[in-house]
Amino acid sequence: MALTENTRERRVRASLAPWLKGVLVALGSVSITMLGLLFVTFVIGRVMPIDPVLAIVGERASQSTYDAVYEQLGLDKPLLVQFLYYLWDVLHGDFGMSLLNARPVSEDIARVFPATLELATLGTLIGVLLGVPLGVIAAVRRGSWIDQIARVVALVGYSMPIFWLGLMGLLVFYGVLGWVGGPGRLDIFYQDIVPSRTGMILIDSAIAGDWGVFRNAFSHIILPATLLGYYSLAYISRMTRSFMLEQLSAEYITTARVKGMSERQVIWGHAFRNIRVQLITVIALSYANLLEGSVLTEIIFSWPGIGSYITTALLSADMNAVLGGTVVVGLIFICLNLFSDLLYRVFDPRAK
Amino acid sequence: MNALNRLLSTAVLGAAVVMTAPVPMAQAETPPNMLVIANRIDDITTLDPAESFEFAGSDVSRNVYMKLVNFDPMNLKAGYQPEIAESWTVSEDKRSITFTIREGLKFHSGNPVRAEDVEFSLQRAVILNKTPAFILTQFGFTAENVAETIKAEGNTVTITTDKPYATSFVLNCLTATIGGIVDKDVVMANEQDGDMGNTWLKTNTAGSGAYKLVSWKPNESVTIQSNPDYYRGAPAMERVIVRHVQESASQRLLLERGDIDIARNLNPEDIAGVRDAEGVKVEEELKGRLMYVSLSQKHPELSKPQVRQAFKYLIDYEGMKNSFLSGQYTIHQNFLPQTYLGASDAAPFTYDVEKAKALLAEAGIPEGMEIEVGVREAQERIEIAQSLQNSLGQVGIKMNITIGTAKQILGRYRARELDVYLGAWGPDYPDPHTNAGTFAYNPDNSDAAQATGLLAWRNSWDTGGLTEKTAAAVIENDRDIRAKMYDEIQAEFRETSPFVVMFQQIEQSAQRDNVMNFSTGQAITSASYWQVTK
Repeated sequence: MALTENTRERRVRASLAPWLKGVLVALGSVSITMLGLLFVTFVIGRVMPIDPVLAIVGERASQSTYDAVYEQLGLDKPLLVQFLYYLWDVLHGDFGMSLLNARPVSEDIARVFPATLELATLGTLIGVLLGVPLGVIAAVRRGSWIDQIARVVALVGYSMPIFWLGLMGLLVFYGVLGWVGGPGRLDIFYQDIVPSRTGMILIDSAIAGDWGVFRNAFSHIILPATLLGYYSLAYISRMTRSFMLEQLSAEYITTARVKGMSERQVIWGHAFRNIRVQLITVIALSYANLLEGSVLTEIIFSWPGIGSYITTALLSADMNAVLGGTVVVGLIFICLNLFSDLLYRVFDPRAK
Repeated sequence: MNALNRLLSTAVLGAAVVMTAPVPMAQAETPPNMLVIANRIDDITTLDPAESFEFAGSDVSRNVYMKLVNFDPMNLKAGYQPEIAESWTVSEDKRSITFTIREGLKFHSGNPVRAEDVEFSLQRAVILNKTPAFILTQFGFTAENVAETIKAEGNTVTITTDKPYATSFVLNCLTATIGGIVDKDVVMANEQDGDMGNTWLKTNTAGSGAYKLVSWKPNESVTIQSNPDYYRGAPAMERVIVRHVQESASQRLLLERGDIDIARNLNPEDIAGVRDAEGVKVEEELKGRLMYVSLSQKHPELSKPQVRQAFKYLIDYEGMKNSFLSGQYTIHQNFLPQTYLGASDAAPFTYDVEKAKALLAEAGIPEGMEIEVGVREAQERIEIAQSLQNSLGQVGIKMNITIGTAKQILGRYRARELDVYLGAWGPDYPDPHTNAGTFAYNPDNSDAAQATGLLAWRNSWDTGGLTEKTAAAVIENDRDIRAKMYDEIQAEFRETSPFVVMFQQIEQSAQRDNVMNFSTGQAITSASYWQVTK
């Protein structure tokens, strides 16, 4: 009995050890990456030819006002000391105050990021739901008309400037047809009706059970989300197609067919099953790209997301905001990477 | 957003061409008691009137805070009018003005507007000493003396200046954003670490104006709600929403579709497009911003009087106005913008290469002289620089254009290092001294003076007698004589100064045609909404 328990314990320990090691290694690499990201962004922010002091005090300020603010921002200290101070604050969850709108950067990010998250998630959903089947069909019916259409769709997606498509979409579907809402997240009548819980209006209005607001928010998000979805569709469908082609030409597929398996089973049960891991990486990357905030889409659709937030901050020399935004985007990349690593382990027995 | 705008505007050209064609739009409409404006509001950094110094922020302030005296948007030409101050008297030595506070005014909190609040607000602006504080401190107010120089007594407030300035000068300055009167009790209840409520007032308001703030979401929107107790009566527009819409094409679509009432940042192509649209009108107002070129007087050749003159003939005023500046700028050759007291519309200079050649020959300018112009990265400025480069090429001067960020270019300009600067200047407050005091005033031209705020100093220009004349005009009490003095100063300035003032900005706002009486405030003040009807 004792022996059995000991063995069990040893087994548990043995299975825990690599798991724990894995987590520690992952955490270590995340910390180092984050530190590097913080440092590089910080240094770039400081050596850029923009003047945060001038941005605050304005062109007319006297030298003494200028000097006072210069000191107040800690710019008189050595770069490394400035960085250490900054690091200390960030570790305490404090990205500092936005130099320009006098609010904590973390508050700003909490306001703008959900807008991007909502848009990017819907965009990715559209991209995946349409892109993956399109890619699979294009691979299975290689050279057929459907493959040609998929190719053209992807090519247009890759090469068409997003602002042009965005403006045309607005002109046609909002301006002329009136099918969708215009720029902005909601019509003015629906603003500030539902309390902000997640910052994502579709979810907030659903929680509040206010379907009027939900419908309005949906009419505003659907066009930019479709647009972003189209771009990720272009990428995802091409990648799916090429992964599938590789699998379909493998010997085990021929074997499966020879064994008399149905085509459906061969495609979805065998070939597709094997590309899941690669697909996850592709989708995660595409999602991360959208989460960075698509600046042009956000500008055209007056979408107050993180992309336009960082850009505005950058152009107005609001370095705290730029740093805060960049760190968040960096974190998203790292988290999505970790997440896709995790899914690898679930789907790919070799990774276990 | 200049770089981005440039990218967008160039690339969107194709879209613009398609969109300029009249397209039947599905129509919506904003509610009759609501005004919805699309504007770029990403410049708002604070709502504290003691600190706010940007356009979109001043628009909010103008509607939320009352001042001792203010402009009537329905009659801007009339100059300042009583607002919180019902009347005022000037002491014999012309140094003190005593304001009598209007009875029965209330802040949005319900507190009465008292002389004590006025005293607190003005003292606070001086003590906080934020960027716009110079508008008040130029009268000799300091943190140490405000207790004596700005004083409430019963129902009156007396301000005492260090010199007998023109009353019109003092009162014009009090109409600036910094003259906004805050609710002392509310502000002090929100004080943090002795900041006189500055942190709180950056994102909240405590005024008595026609509107109260509902929300300010940076880069997203500002919403204000009418104040039913406003002393002129509750405004017709119960709610005003200013939405941040960056793109001109998006603003235009929203307007044509009827989802907004006013679009304030349409580019010339979109303005041309909406002129024919049904239910939309375009209004033009002159704004305060001037575009100018200035020559460093440290430069051995550029400091010659004939060269200064020659540059004034080398600007293709008409050509630029009718091409890339079309609808955005009008020709203006004086340092006081039109609509200012003492403004002059004299424009004696035209594009005349031959005349410029003769002047340069007279000055003995060597063939092939090279000079450098510093320009900030803004599309219109770069285009003006290119036009000037072309004209200078015709008279044998090679001008190298250095394009840079504000830090790079302004840094060198303020350090007196640029041969030529091409840029814009906007007045700080609605009195002629705001521009006279920087273009024509330079009491100490030495490098050691470090008067970086004075444009004359930045260009190393000893203004000769103009410094004294400017100082005299600012203490002249007769308004008409004062206007005449500025006219004379500008006449001399036009001929002798190293400044080539070229253009004054026009704001074109496109509005639904049921919007009445909207005013962006012209050059002298900001947008106000209480008089708007639909």
